[in-house]
Amino acid sequence: MRLVACVNHVPDTETKVKIGADGKSIDRAGVNFVINPYDEFAVEECLRLKEKSGGEVIAVSLGGDPHKETLRKALAMGADKAVLLKDDSPRDSFSVARALADYLKELSPDIIFFGKQSIDSDDAAVGGMVAEMLGLPSASVVVGLELAGEKNAVAEREVEGGHEKVAVSLPAVFTAQKGLNEPRYPSLKGIMGAKGKPIEEKQPTPPQNKTEVRSMQKPHAKGAGKIVGTGAGAVSELVRMLHEEAKVI
Amino acid sequence: MKILAFAEQRDNQFKKVAFEVIKAARKVADEAQAELVALVVGSAVQGIAASLGGYGASRVVVVEDPNLALYSTTAYAKIIREVANKENADVVMLPATAMGKDVAPRVAVRLEAGLVADCTALTVEGGNLVATRPVYAGKALIETVVTSPRKVFTLRPNVFTSGMSNGASATVERVAITIGDGDLTSRVKEVAQSSGKLDVAEADIIVSGGRGLKGPENFVLIEELASVLGGAVGASRAVVDAGWRPHDEQVGQTGKTVSPSLYIAVAISGAIQHLAGMSSSKYIVAINKDKDAPIFQVADYGIVGDAFEIVPALTQEVRKLSGK
Ligand SMILES: Cc1cc2nc3c(=O)[nH]c(=O)nc-3n(C[C@H](O)[C@H](O)[C@H](O)COP(=O)(O)OP(=O)(O)OC[C@H]3O[C@@H](n4cnc5c(N)ncnc54)[C@H](O)[C@@H]3O)c2cc1C
Ligand SMILES: Nc1ncnc2c1ncn2[C@@H]1O[C@H](COP(=O)(O)O)[C@@H](O)[C@H]1O
Repeated sequence: MRLVACVNHVPDTETKVKIGADGKSIDRAGVNFVINPYDEFAVEECLRLKEKSGGEVIAVSLGGDPHKETLRKALAMGADKAVLLKDDSPRDSFSVARALADYLKELSPDIIFFGKQSIDSDDAAVGGMVAEMLGLPSASVVVGLELAGEKNAVAEREVEGGHEKVAVSLPAVFTAQKGLNEPRYPSLKGIMGAKGKPIEEKQPTPPQNKTEVRSMQKPHAKGAGKIVGTGAGAVSELVRMLHEEAKVI
Repeated sequence: MKILAFAEQRDNQFKKVAFEVIKAARKVADEAQAELVALVVGSAVQGIAASLGGYGASRVVVVEDPNLALYSTTAYAKIIREVANKENADVVMLPATAMGKDVAPRVAVRLEAGLVADCTALTVEGGNLVATRPVYAGKALIETVVTSPRKVFTLRPNVFTSGMSNGASATVERVAITIGDGDLTSRVKEVAQSSGKLDVAEADIIVSGGRGLKGPENFVLIEELASVLGGAVGASRAVVDAGWRPHDEQVGQTGKTVSPSLYIAVAISGAIQHLAGMSSSKYIVAINKDKDAPIFQVADYGIVGDAFEIVPALTQEVRKLSGK
């Protein structure tokens, strides 16, 4: 099986966001970038599928040179190959998806795994877009996956108030949610091995953005809240406030 | 401008968010002097469709097929595209729910449209739509415009208000779209309900517990308070990772994003990844024994003290208020 994991390189979750000089994006100075956490689940799932059914795992990222760090992480975890679609111009989800789909078309994978969303843009869009561009079935936000023979799979996804079991024919696209698996730590051997593996560079199709960010702001800081009081004695005053001021109970 | 608003239903019942989307679309349509048509997809939904009139959709298109009793991403994408084309709609609005987030990227591709996901505000400026949405887990907000002729937006649940129905009834038109096996290459076979409990993503009141509760047995305090408030139980990741609560209750970056009118955080420190999931709640109450816990930074009301004393007292007091 040919298994592809699409991986993005994003500011880690502890990042304190500062608005950049352009007023439209963050100030990247001093920000620590990591593999998008959901994409680790994607890589891990591909590795497990390979361990069960054989094949190769290819990690693909679109972005500038710093994305190589995230591709190295995927290699260290055990991916066989890494491909950088090298382009650091700003792209919206449509434009990222187009470039990935154009590249993946030639590769014709059996399974393409994404994370459920990038934790910078929080779009949760690229996986579904690539599926549609390639004319493939998909299941998003999956917390479980079982192959049923060579041509079918059943994915379990989280929805409001329950779980859905989705029957999907292969080849197919999936997006990973926490709970799908526990990503492995790269072994020392994996890390050393990754250093030697080449990262193939390709020229992606140029951006064709369909959205434009006009401005970025910090959310309104809530005026420091009221400490109603200490201990159980403050409860009746809290209930009064929720009832009369906030009118939420 | 012509807006197609997707009204989500499950089991032939509208989700509350369906009314929110219709109402938001109505407001935009009024401001932009645009037309609005609502879309309902399912197996037997004609009976409920007219009720969307009460929220401002005077015309509703219904697509029914026995194959659509359960959701299918491939079939829904086809239907939404075909109806958008037939109606000449240039704007499509969907809810940012599990279903809406799943199908919207496909709809955007089929319509060659830019997608703005998880919007928390939509305004009309010079005939164009400007969307506000959170990024970096809510640590920043961006204003985005779509530059392609057609545009797709998903709307975060519980942010746009639906209000009450004014009782008006919509004209309902059936549109036939053939759904063959080739359109059902990805389809839901089975839905496992979480024992009918209210989901945090849909609840108007949430009581969440954290590691400070010391053990799973103490969540009965949280459950009781949630129950007297008619709300749902939420949890921090620390307690989900410890196996005290199921993952579907987790609020935060790797859990669910919620915006209830009231969020009560009990013995939760307020780590940035937890705040990511709940900071857009209308009112936040924090109960924590550490007066310096970061959760107090985002809380509207706080009580400093021991949850084991405060929560039962709170449950008692709310009972008194509601006469239960
Ligand atoms: C990539 C990533 C993703 C994450 N995603 C999420 C997520 O989705 N959701 C999430 O919640 N976290 C997430 N986290 C974890 C997050 O960083 C915190 O570790 C977690 O939220 C802490 O949970 P907690 O507040 O329950 O526990 P703690 O931080 O241990 O806080 C316990 C609190 O209880 C208080 N307390 C103790 N005893 C009492 C008492 N008797 N009465 C009152 N108060 C008491 C303490 O003062 C303390 O403030 C994520 C972390 C990472 C790195
Ligand atoms: N630049 C990129 N390169 C490779 N994969 C990406 C890129 N951006 C997004 N993805 C993938 O698409 C998923 C969803 O991203 P998004 O739609 O940006 O939230 C991510 O979890 C990644 O798997």
